[in-house]
Amino acid sequence: MSGHVARSLPERDRQAEHWQAGQSQVETRQTELWGALQSVMDPELDESVVELNFVTKADIDAANHVQIEFRLPTYWCAANFSFLMADDMRRAVAALAWVTGVSVVLGEHMYADTINAGLARGLSFQETFGVEADGDLDDLRRTFLVKAFQRRQVALLNHLTGTGHSPETIAALTLFELRGLPVDDEGDRLRRRYLERRGVVAAADDEMPAFVDAAGLPLSAERFAAYVSGLRRVGVNAEFNSALCRGLLSVRFDLETPFVPKARASA
Amino acid sequence: MYRTANGEEIFVIDGHTHFWDGSPANQKNIHGKQFIECFYAYHSNLSPPSEKWVKEKFEKYDAKTMFDDLFVLGYDDMAILQPTYLTDFYKNGFNTTERNAAMKKSHPDRFILNGAFDPRDGSKGLEDLHALAEKYKLQGVKLYTAEWRGESKGYKLSDKDSYKYLEAAQKLGIKNIHVHKGPTIIPLNRDAFDVADIDDVATSFQDLNFIVEHCGLPRLDDFCWIATQETNVYAGIAVALPFIHSRPGYFAHVMSELLFWLGPDKILYGSDYGIWTPKWLIDKFMAFEIPEDLTKETGSVLTLENKTKILGLNAARLYGIDVEAQKKKIRAGGGYAHLSEPVPA
Repeated sequence: MSGHVARSLPERDRQAEHWQAGQSQVETRQTELWGALQSVMDPELDESVVELNFVTKADIDAANHVQIEFRLPTYWCAANFSFLMADDMRRAVAALAWVTGVSVVLGEHMYADTINAGLARGLSFQETFGVEADGDLDDLRRTFLVKAFQRRQVALLNHLTGTGHSPETIAALTLFELRGLPVDDEGDRLRRRYLERRGVVAAADDEMPAFVDAAGLPLSAERFAAYVSGLRRVGVNAEFNSALCRGLLSVRFDLETPFVPKARASA
Repeated sequence: MYRTANGEEIFVIDGHTHFWDGSPANQKNIHGKQFIECFYAYHSNLSPPSEKWVKEKFEKYDAKTMFDDLFVLGYDDMAILQPTYLTDFYKNGFNTTERNAAMKKSHPDRFILNGAFDPRDGSKGLEDLHALAEKYKLQGVKLYTAEWRGESKGYKLSDKDSYKYLEAAQKLGIKNIHVHKGPTIIPLNRDAFDVADIDDVATSFQDLNFIVEHCGLPRLDDFCWIATQETNVYAGIAVALPFIHSRPGYFAHVMSELLFWLGPDKILYGSDYGIWTPKWLIDKFMAFEIPEDLTKETGSVLTLENKTKILGLNAARLYGIDVEAQKKKIRAGGGYAHLSEPVPA
């Protein structure tokens, strides 16, 4: 006579409920984990490391320690950018309340060993590379946040002018008014992306101008056209990067069967 | 030689070619393996499928293959051999001046041989540069400012040591300084996106020409700004050009910006052989027009005259090539035997 047959029905139901609760918690945490990773951007491409297919593993063990593995389009990708992405992933995941620890491992990279050792010990880029690293990662982070701001802004500006808003109207908008402006789905997506980076260059209170330049100065209707055409090149750079990086990654690794995290696939 | 449908002859100087050995036998370590694999990924990713090579051919091709790809199957009339030493990765180096010199020796009318230096090599490097320049009568060098070496993660042209080398180059008659400012090939640090040192030396060395290879991509905006300020700064379009196949819209943007900021006299064609081959690149380039909306915005047009300058006349000017005399020499050597007779005027 085997044990489980002898169990009373109510007990079995209780166990099943418990198991289901455990399962749904695992799924919730997986979703939260991938959500956190989704927010981490490749600094130069301004695209999520998840969308770019860089992250190959994000596991949670029984003690709520998270293990992340990622790889990049080339063996030679800049060490500082590689470190920056790993560091951002570590920060984003560690911010989840239930996470007890995070390990991030970079695979198949010229400086994988150095970077992984630095990450494992919680060192900064400077500490990891010592004399070889004279660039400040915070400066670098800022440079690319500003580029991302510009790129997101020009995309939104083009959309708004394309849907009939005049430069005068656009330049006069406050942040409050921009948030309330009726737009289509695409406009809403571009607006959300822009607003995420608007605070990088200037204070983002409701009554502030919606559109400012990289120095934080409000746009004027008169120099609107020249300003937008100046930003065009930022977008051209980004497109080059993005196309190249995706292409190189797809040649380097088998992406025939794209890596889709379970939690995202079921979402 | 490219001949248009109307029989016009366009003299082509390929500003960027390599004769490398990336084969496993020459690889010194994992870096050597990864380096050629990275080049192969560029090749595979941006070439039309029909132009894709097998890995073994890509790792090491022989002199005849290169000659045919450039001058018989392809439209090049002449090609500049740009060295890439990488002696830390490859036993005999990847693509040294010495290796390239053998190509030049077999086909003296076809090749322009460039050298290289690295200001971190100190006074020994200066002596080597003297010897190299004298032996090969160098007119140009190729520099990789982003190359990591030991503790150093690259150098700037504006460094004190770089000045010494540039002064020496000038004395030795080296006029053309090709600088790799493009997609990362060696891991780099903050200089990853910096073309500002070009600005400094272009002002200080007015008699030298600075050809920014890969036109500073992906940082085209910074590069255009600098190139506009300096009359002796040029753009090499190797690596940008193959996008003509996979991303023609992007290529159009790059060309319209370069034409707008630099003008047609300061842009140089390069195939980056053996990553890509001249035949398909030039076929597509000759058929290419900048879309109307971009032309409206920038005023840039790829006229036949502009294409002729980009494909050959600009490089001819920098390297002192008399195009008509050179054509005669090549014709006399049987170099155009594979072409059909020119269409009578």
